Amino acid sequence: MDAEATAPEWPLYEVFVRSKRGLNHVHVGSLHAADDEMALHRARDVYTRRNEGVSVWVVRSALITASSPDEKDPMFSPSGDKVYRHPTFYTVPDDVPHM
Amino acid sequence: MTHSPAAEPNEESVYAGLVDVDGDAAQWAFGTGFDDPLAGVDTAVPAGVDRADLAAYCLMLGDDALVLAQRLAEWCSNAPELEEDVALSNISLDLLGQGRLLLARAAAADPESVPPLPPDSPVPAEDALAFFRDTGGFRNAALAEIPNGDFAQSTLRLLLFSVWRLALLEELRGSADPVLAAVAGKGIAEVAYHRDYAARWTVTLAQGTAESRRRTEAAAEAVWPHAAELFAVHPVERRMAEAGVGVAPDAVRPACAAVLDEVLRAADLHRPDLDAAATARGRAGEHTPALSELLGDMQSLARQHPRGTW
Repeated sequence: MDAEATAPEWPLYEVFVRSKRGLNHVHVGSLHAADDEMALHRARDVYTRRNEGVSVWVVRSALITASSPDEKDPMFSPSGDKVYRHPTFYTVPDDVPHM
Repeated sequence: MTHSPAAEPNEESVYAGLVDVDGDAAQWAFGTGFDDPLAGVDTAVPAGVDRADLAAYCLMLGDDALVLAQRLAEWCSNAPELEEDVALSNISLDLLGQGRLLLARAAAADPESVPPLPPDSPVPAEDALAFFRDTGGFRNAALAEIPNGDFAQSTLRLLLFSVWRLALLEELRGSADPVLAAVAGKGIAEVAYHRDYAARWTVTLAQGTAESRRRTEAAAEAVWPHAAELFAVHPVERRMAEAGVGVAPDAVRPACAAVLDEVLRAADLHRPDLDAAATARGRAGEHTPALSELLGDMQSLARQHPRGTW
């Protein structure tokens, strides 16, 4: 193998974009970059080129602590039958946005 | 236990909420919710403006953009990293959009500038100008047409080009031609990003490894000799500047020198000589052999299928 093929990869970043109508940043994908600033510019180039976004976050993937699929049942299934945790028994006034 | 979030499939996508933004899924093809740069602009040629001069001037600015767009498109699938591939394609498409508006303006100002095609040809005027004009009819500066070279050479070319073009567009915002003013207004944000992109890579490459330094210095040797031509004034540019429609490029030389000094000081590279004696050869239709080769590639499909619609 040549030197290029064995060169260490740049770190992976996760990209979050807030769309024009969106209130929150949503994960859209990942990319490799040498540093945070390059990651932000590459995120703009790769993930907002079709007019998707007005704000971008990037974060090193290694900094994210994620739940494991192995723990899915104990983590999430206990909430599956607790319908009373939803505020569905109230009337929401028409002028309350983003519900 | 933890694992990489990248392995998790996307359960929700930012794109999902966009499909209904304007209640029209057709946005993915041509865009709804996108801005028309000429919306509300009076497209009549202002009284007293020489139409042939305006057309020639629009061809100059339009050909700069079109030819460099084609050069940048050659990086598609060849760039050193996937993300740079996309970035260079974005820049190419920005310039193609500017070129298209300017060529359409040239055709509207002076239909005589458009190569004659059969009366029932489906080819729009701006496409006729792009694909059916011969090399000598192109009025771009040589900087736009020289081959890409390596990534360093393409980066330095883009730096010099976007510094120059941004300075021109900023002046053109006040053009007496409302279409030129609108095209400039749209282009400023685009070219400001191109300049930023190229400036970052220039400093990174010049101050990177010994190999990237060597390549960047070689790139400067190849690109800088084309700098002085950018500031040579063609008679059409002089007349358009006097009419308040265009910009004589020597007027933006000090601004370009100041920006280049700032970037190249950070990169520890010498600045190209912007004052060297030069004539506006490209503006007069005199080109290097590289343009014929580029146009052969760019125009072949349209010329083989002159009745094609795209």
